Amino acid sequence: MSTAQLVVSLPPHERSSITVPRIMWSVALALLPTTIAGVIFYGIRPLIVTAVAVIAAVVVEHGIARYMFKREQTTITDGSAVVTAMLLAFNVPASLPLWQIALGSAFAIAVGKMAFGGIGNNPFNPALVGRAFLLLSFPVQMTTWPVPGAGRLSMDLSAVTGPTPLGIIKDVGPGGLENIALPSYFDLFIGNIGGCIGEASALAVIIGGLFLVWRGFVPLSVPVSYFAGLAVVTGAAWFVDPGTYMDPLYHILAGGAMLAGWFMVTDMTSSPMALRGRIIFAAAAGIITAVIRLFGGFPEGATYSILIMNALVPVIDRHVKPRRFGKGRKGLVV
Amino acid sequence: MAQLKTFSAGGVHRPDKKLTRKKAIQDLLPPVQVTIPIRQHIGKAGTLLVERGADVLVGTPIAAADGFISAAVHSSVSGTVKKIDAIVDAQGFRRTAVVIAVSGDTWEEHIDTSNALIEDIPPDRSVILSKISAAGIVGAGGATFPTAVKFSIPEGRSVDTLIINGVECEPYLTADHRLMLEHADELIVGTRLLMHAAGVGRAIIGIEVNKEDAIALLEERIREKTRDGKIPEGFISVVPLKERYPQGGEKQLIEATTGREVPSGRLPLDVHCIVSNVSTAFAVYQGVQKNRPFVDRIVTVTGEQLVASGGGANLRVRFGTPLREVIEAAGGVPESTGKIIMGGPMTGRAVTSLEVPVTKGSGGVILIDKNLARRSAVGPCIRCSSCVGVCPMGLEPYLLEKLVQRGRFEDAEREGILDCIECGSCSYVCPSNRAILDWIRLGKVKVGELRRERMRGTR
Repeated sequence: MSTAQLVVSLPPHERSSITVPRIMWSVALALLPTTIAGVIFYGIRPLIVTAVAVIAAVVVEHGIARYMFKREQTTITDGSAVVTAMLLAFNVPASLPLWQIALGSAFAIAVGKMAFGGIGNNPFNPALVGRAFLLLSFPVQMTTWPVPGAGRLSMDLSAVTGPTPLGIIKDVGPGGLENIALPSYFDLFIGNIGGCIGEASALAVIIGGLFLVWRGFVPLSVPVSYFAGLAVVTGAAWFVDPGTYMDPLYHILAGGAMLAGWFMVTDMTSSPMALRGRIIFAAAAGIITAVIRLFGGFPEGATYSILIMNALVPVIDRHVKPRRFGKGRKGLVV
Repeated sequence: MAQLKTFSAGGVHRPDKKLTRKKAIQDLLPPVQVTIPIRQHIGKAGTLLVERGADVLVGTPIAAADGFISAAVHSSVSGTVKKIDAIVDAQGFRRTAVVIAVSGDTWEEHIDTSNALIEDIPPDRSVILSKISAAGIVGAGGATFPTAVKFSIPEGRSVDTLIINGVECEPYLTADHRLMLEHADELIVGTRLLMHAAGVGRAIIGIEVNKEDAIALLEERIREKTRDGKIPEGFISVVPLKERYPQGGEKQLIEATTGREVPSGRLPLDVHCIVSNVSTAFAVYQGVQKNRPFVDRIVTVTGEQLVASGGGANLRVRFGTPLREVIEAAGGVPESTGKIIMGGPMTGRAVTSLEVPVTKGSGGVILIDKNLARRSAVGPCIRCSSCVGVCPMGLEPYLLEKLVQRGRFEDAEREGILDCIECGSCSYVCPSNRAILDWIRLGKVKVGELRRERMRGTR
């Protein structure tokens, strides 16, 4: 061996084995239990919806990177487009027409992610950008919920539809909760309810979330803060008027809160950098979710609450800093 | 076991890869020729004391300390000065060096080369300090700050705790571990000498729990000496530490063992602590008790491939010995080697040549395989915040990187760039392989220039 072959570089000379693809594919893996739960409760169609979303996302990301950005290498193998597409698919009803989910997924990637330069540069969670787009464009299809067990192998789930648990409690009016039938907490937990694909089973989402916590990609304090924010506001309303408002546990288990708490507020790129910042971000998103649910025009508020907080990330990063060793003060952000 | 102590902010836990932990220290005989740089420390280079053709013995001074922060250098071999030359050292800098052709191995007469343990320490602390200075001892943990200068506590400052750094948190390295196992008694005497020099009544030896045998041995020896009345109760204690990088960093070790936090921009002295490496304490024992100057040290020679093929060693190496000889003695350079590091894998320097000499700060030589030698392609930052989480100084490495890239050095200064201890944890964890520390180091140089300009009043 001659020394002419020696590589010279600056320290550190070793790197951890955690890479961006490893993080992203771990998240995709963590979404697998929810996919399975979707199939169990709504049949084969959730799988088709998810597949269409993934294909649309990957094709659009590759096309933009390759032909518009003229990049030699595209990032479609890093798994991030797949994760965005899966999260979007889990945030729509299983009965959504396939061309609509394809369009939503393409929008999420093109406008939510690539318009800002691609992975790492998107200020908003791309899956939620896609969902907001679909909700505005196709309000009827986006709020028509198939009932669990309605045609397991059928591609057409629109025959039997019903309200979501949050839809049921939205317009009850003062003292109206006594007169209506609600799904049990057990059904909410395991997923025997109407709703978006990923809203169905709290249990499946928690399994995936805890997997990410165990792998070290999600600090447990972040989802906990989101649920705490949600519980404090819904709990206060319930305490004041239990006849009109449901208790916090119902709010945590119903709707998109589970998916939002474990997979949306924990998105790395669109959340703050300091751990304290991420906790504040998550708690505020939980509070806003509750406010929208209780007092807003929609039964569900997870999507908009997180998009609002995404916009505030630079402000949080500027003011919430890690504690400096031997010092403590504020700094700035770029 | 009770909750182990460690530092509070950041840090990484990673495989320690201490492949040579069981390999006893072996003496590497002097090579045919040594190349001894006259600056092997932080501070000013010494004044050359020898000329071409001069005959020297082991321990003959070849350079004297020049100015306050400087250190003497001695010949590590006996022989004849062949030439005075400019060479490239392990840091990649050109340095003046004395090239000595070796003949025999004759030591200066006043040096005690026996293994007899001398436990009675000189009562006069100025004697200890002047002997440390005369022996050319510098911080052997890698910082190479002259030890006599560090232990000359300025008037009006007080120190109550000496911390002996036996952490060796860098992966692969086992030199300090072997030293603690094989020279425990000398280490304890060295510690007492440093305590006396600094005028403190308490010393803590911090060791990570992956060196359980060293912790047990030192605790036992300290107990024996306390029982025999040689040292007072509670005088020296061993503190086992949780495995976590960069625990061997001065500020981290002080916090881990005493709970005190050195303020930003200040020194250990500001929290009444003084820190020394175990290798330094051993050199102090030799310098003060045996009149033996700092002419050699223990060097770990390691690497996955080297050890897999039966090589690897902890060698006692004379300063000035070229890397080539050191690696030969440990099994030779494997064919698959692509990079050679002097120091640890997190903070060590990749060398450009096998002719680089071993010096006072070099505790390890690591041979890295070709397939691991090169960095992977850099990807975009995905704001995963891992770098923020691992920074032991509570900095935001991603932010410093961006600020330096954009030339915003004043902002980088405000964000604490000068607090960075260059442990490399940020670059290590980055999932996008970003060269975060490279940028931060560039920024530190630029901010240093800014500060000097400001002091001169040109800004």
